[in-house]
Amino acid sequence: MIGVGKIKQYSNVLEKPLSKGKQEVSLSAFAFLFSELVQYNQTQVDNIAELERRLEDAGYAVGARVLELLCHRDKGNRRETRLLGILSFVHSTVWKVLFGKVADSLEKGTEHEDEYMISEKELLVNRFISIPKDMGTFNCGAFVAGIVRGVLDSAGFPAVVTAHFVPMEGQQRPRTTILIKFAEEVLRREARLG
Amino acid sequence: MATTACFIIVSRNDIPIYEAEVGSATKREDAAQMHQFILHAALDIVQDLAWTTSAMYLKAIDRFNDMVVSVYVTAGHTRFMLLHDSRNDDGIKSFFQEVHELYIKILLNPLYLPGSRITSSHFDTKVRALARKYL
Repeated sequence: MIGVGKIKQYSNVLEKPLSKGKQEVSLSAFAFLFSELVQYNQTQVDNIAELERRLEDAGYAVGARVLELLCHRDKGNRRETRLLGILSFVHSTVWKVLFGKVADSLEKGTEHEDEYMISEKELLVNRFISIPKDMGTFNCGAFVAGIVRGVLDSAGFPAVVTAHFVPMEGQQRPRTTILIKFAEEVLRREARLG
Repeated sequence: MATTACFIIVSRNDIPIYEAEVGSATKREDAAQMHQFILHAALDIVQDLAWTTSAMYLKAIDRFNDMVVSVYVTAGHTRFMLLHDSRNDDGIKSFFQEVHELYIKILLNPLYLPGSRITSSHFDTKVRALARKYL
């Protein structure tokens, strides 16, 4: 639970240590906050694409910070310079800190060289969300896609990241796939680094 | 304490977001501009070097007369650049690492827009104290 136990007060953020501290927050509190985020943004837009873009922007800010913090905290001040390195960083380190588990799968797209997919059977942000019929392909995973884009972009791997529902056989709920399409320059640099 | 040192933080969009002249030497009038000029010239080298290693501390990457440019690149490609004339490698490394922690704390503030100028006076005070301690 949030706010249980005495929290030490610091006069300034710069005094506060960067160590791990307590890692979990209440799922209900998070779900409530996220629901408000979606509802608020819904009042600000007039189409689905715009709503997804706004959620993605909110996630982007998280991603940019998460990258810097986790490289310091969990990786002992090493940067990621390779494509597969940064992808597995997102798939394991970032996922673990944000959602408490490693992502279900990380795959390479079969049709295009520059596409990668992170799939999750039950994405945390989508757990309590069902999409009304009239909202079509809208997916709240756009927020998570934004986080992924924030991490990748800040680390120097610009990419277009989108979230999609993929129906699964024998399952009631579709899984969420985060599709990552890297910019051309990233692949060129990868080829150069060999 | 070094006689001359100029410390700059450059955002990933190549915009300087923090500057500090630290050093005990009496300042020449054009010193600040010249320091900026030298550091700016070193940015290209940083860009190339940053992809060849996964270490954040790139050591001394450039020199100008008797002054050396040391650089530290964070995970988000924010660059800490230090122009100095001392040869205290360990001190510089410790300085960068501690500034890095301060920078992360600034970045984690949700009201700080990544890539914008760091105006916090606490940050400034702390960086200058670190410079006195390590350089």
